[in-house]
Amino acid sequence: MSTATLTITTPSDRELALIRVFDAPRKLVFDCFTKPELLKRWGLGPRDWNLTECEVDLRVGGKWLFVMTKTDGQKMVMFGVYREIAAPERIVQTERFETPWYPGEGLNTTVLLEEGGKTTMTITCLYDSKEIRDSVLKSGMEGGASVSYDRLAELLPAFAAEAVPA
Amino acid sequence: MELLGYGQSSVDLNATFMALADPTRRAILARLASGAASVTELAEPFAMTQPAISKHLKVLERAGLISHGRDAQRRPRRLEAQPLAEAAGWLENYRQHWEAAFQRLDALLEELKESEKKKKRRRK
Repeated sequence: MSTATLTITTPSDRELALIRVFDAPRKLVFDCFTKPELLKRWGLGPRDWNLTECEVDLRVGGKWLFVMTKTDGQKMVMFGVYREIAAPERIVQTERFETPWYPGEGLNTTVLLEEGGKTTMTITCLYDSKEIRDSVLKSGMEGGASVSYDRLAELLPAFAAEAVPA
Repeated sequence: MELLGYGQSSVDLNATFMALADPTRRAILARLASGAASVTELAEPFAMTQPAISKHLKVLERAGLISHGRDAQRRPRRLEAQPLAEAAGWLENYRQHWEAAFQRLDALLEELKESEKKKKRRRK
């Protein structure tokens, strides 16, 4: 498995963490997370969705707003407030949806660590309850398909990798 | 809107994730993936007493991740794949959803690195 693959973990019952390595200095990665003209290029959204409007007021208490537009014209508006900014290492921001698909507010902490020209990104998303955390996880699921038992055999070592006794 | 669709699941994801949150329990599941085993056999690789292992087994059983056989002496535990498959399915779909965006970011970063190199060359 390449180091560039995204890892999802559940550090606590109200959190999700996304961990991924990028082959670039963190200054560039930080720019890609905070500059609207760059954010629009990679989107943040799922397939068929584009980031069409993007406002970033990058200061503590400043607002951010994303409008994502689907190829069929549907729109999704998300916004929040920056709570902490320590460029190019750390961003803490709240997250809310105009048409809420989960109750309350999420709190996202992005940490960028650089080593040998590569950047490890960790985004920790904290929700108001574990039910919300789970429904966010489930939102990525399209059509209710479940993985086959063969697939399970591949996935299980990943769950257990850090735990198997020597 | 795709994001609004909460999937229907027969599995209590909370119980599954809670059971999976412990490294010993994940190791037990990994062991059971290669076949059923008794409590004694499961306790062997860990520096743990049988009662301690039994506690972990109870959590896994309540989450529906394992079941035990009828053999009264050994009561071999075996993996119940469905809840784990569903939990893994949620995780995997969520992962793929974000991975697609991050691959676009990879391409953008390559482009930015190139243009920075060009700028430096021009300065020299």
